Amino acid sequence: MKRTVEKITLTAREKFVRQVFSTLGRAILFSVTSVAALAVLAIIFFIARDALPFFKNEGMREFFFNKSWYPTREPAQFGAMAIFTGSLLVTFFAVITAVPPGVFAAFCMSDILAFRVRQVLKPVIEMLAAIPSVTYGFFALVVLAPLLQNHGGMALAVAWWVLATPIMLVASLVMAELICGLRYKERAGFAVRAALTLIFAALSAVLLLRVGSKLSGLEVASGVNALNASIILAAMALPTIVSVSEDALQACGRELREGSYALGATRAETLIKVILPASASGIFSAVLLGVMRALGETMVVLMASGNAAQVPSPIYNLLQPVRTLTATIASEMGEADQMTGSSHYHVLFAMGLCLLIFSFLCNLAGEWIVNRQRRKLRGA
Amino acid sequence: MKKSILTAGLIIGSLTVNAEQKMVMDGSTTVGPIAKAFAEYYMRENPGVNISVSESGSGNGAKSLLNGNCDIANLSRDLKDSEQQAMKDKGVNPVKHVVAFDALPVIVHPSNRVKGLTIGQVRDIYSGKITNWKEVGGSDRKIVVVSRETNSGTFETFSELVMGKDARISSKTEYAGSNGAVRQRVQMTKGAIGYAGLGFVDRSVKALEINGVMPCVQCVLDKTYPLARELFMFTDGEPRKGSLAARFLALINTEKGCEIVEEIGYVPVNAAMRK
Repeated sequence: MKRTVEKITLTAREKFVRQVFSTLGRAILFSVTSVAALAVLAIIFFIARDALPFFKNEGMREFFFNKSWYPTREPAQFGAMAIFTGSLLVTFFAVITAVPPGVFAAFCMSDILAFRVRQVLKPVIEMLAAIPSVTYGFFALVVLAPLLQNHGGMALAVAWWVLATPIMLVASLVMAELICGLRYKERAGFAVRAALTLIFAALSAVLLLRVGSKLSGLEVASGVNALNASIILAAMALPTIVSVSEDALQACGRELREGSYALGATRAETLIKVILPASASGIFSAVLLGVMRALGETMVVLMASGNAAQVPSPIYNLLQPVRTLTATIASEMGEADQMTGSSHYHVLFAMGLCLLIFSFLCNLAGEWIVNRQRRKLRGA
Repeated sequence: MKKSILTAGLIIGSLTVNAEQKMVMDGSTTVGPIAKAFAEYYMRENPGVNISVSESGSGNGAKSLLNGNCDIANLSRDLKDSEQQAMKDKGVNPVKHVVAFDALPVIVHPSNRVKGLTIGQVRDIYSGKITNWKEVGGSDRKIVVVSRETNSGTFETFSELVMGKDARISSKTEYAGSNGAVRQRVQMTKGAIGYAGLGFVDRSVKALEINGVMPCVQCVLDKTYPLARELFMFTDGEPRKGSLAARFLALINTEKGCEIVEEIGYVPVNAAMRK
């Protein structure tokens, strides 16, 4: 009878072969991973290589502080200040339009709505992100621009009423409550409270009507302008903001919420005093992602912003056309003379480099804040 | 043995490549569509011919011809004196062939009361001196100025014929990416003014009289419409009879060639004869 002996030691040869395979496997995985990092470095390198000749030839001052963008005239002028302003203006207004509703929607979905409703709502909102940007641009050009042009003032006034009425109502209630709380430590009489609320409501009604009538008197000369682009960009940034901040709110976990309820907090107190601070970093990175989405978007601004290289006067006048960095690069790259290495060619790379640096800084800031928050939560 | 077959194959291969006729065209983006359509048609009719068309701008077309990098240079303007001098110094003899005529109608919204403008008024509108239609006899409405992107030949012609050397286009001007986009902006916007190629003007917009002349094929030909120009192809010396360039350029005067030009939206050279 033969006994099969199970071998538990490896021969030297087998050991060697296994080691080779292990090293090889690690090397392959490492190189695949580094391709991604190398791609980023290569992009930075090639853009910087074509951008630097511009700064060498024309200098920084003209680029950043001159408002005249005449790249094809003789002599050419490459003042990109108006274009930077346009990019920042459109991005800023898109983000401040998109962030409040985005964050509220995230709160609503994560803590207020029933789970079943959320399961339906979230994919629907995320579908906004799946719409190609040229479709948004088409909508801006064919629907929003004529609306702004033909019924611009009325549309703005209606939008103002719809948005501001509930905010004002809540604000006057809260104000009345606050004042009552300050004056009388005990519960104030119903009459005082009602009177105060009415006074605030009347004040806000006056404000609503005043601003509304002023807005409805506005004449919008051209429907493709900064406002149009901002609205569309806000719609495009919304799904990113909602989805990322909702994830951040979910990530806080059950324990935190239950702990808060166990201490006797209401749902509102839990949301505002516990969940919001705990997920602040996540919400902040959602906002940053929204900023980058709006800043980097090209097709929509090319179609909806009017592409006039001017600083609007006054600067918050969103009803004037503006030009953005991305749209300038996209529309002028075709003709900029590559062979002779003209300044016009290099200036577009300089703009690309600025966009790249900006999003790099955004990323860094986001990373830093998330890390700090993590350390704080750990209690260190 | 194997090697010699390979070399023989290579030699035969290179011979057939040489036998295939090649021609390179370079230059204006305005003439480019004509050159491309001609090349496409010519290559379909004559298999074995290879014509490549680059669009790097009129200036580069001239440079290309000067350096012998292309057989035909497409220009949407005549040669500058400096270019002519440079060619003379290098022993290049540029010969001009007119391929088509082009006009730039100035268009406004159909509801606009203004019938016509002078070149000076158009210049003042584009440079931002005139900002309201009532200043040129229209209703009290802000003017929305629309231009083609600065990279287009249409823009170049417009700035050359209207703006000239001194006036520059105001920074308040909106830019649209194509002739179609300009027309779309103008037909949608009550206060808008724009310009586009002759082929793009239809009933949805209103073309203005410039210096009292409506843009039309006839006025382009007799040069009464001021915003008109000729489009050129330049060769180094008169092309030899029977050469590819000569046969290609002959297309300009044929019925088919004119049809192609008309389709693209320019005025063909035989339009004068047909009238």
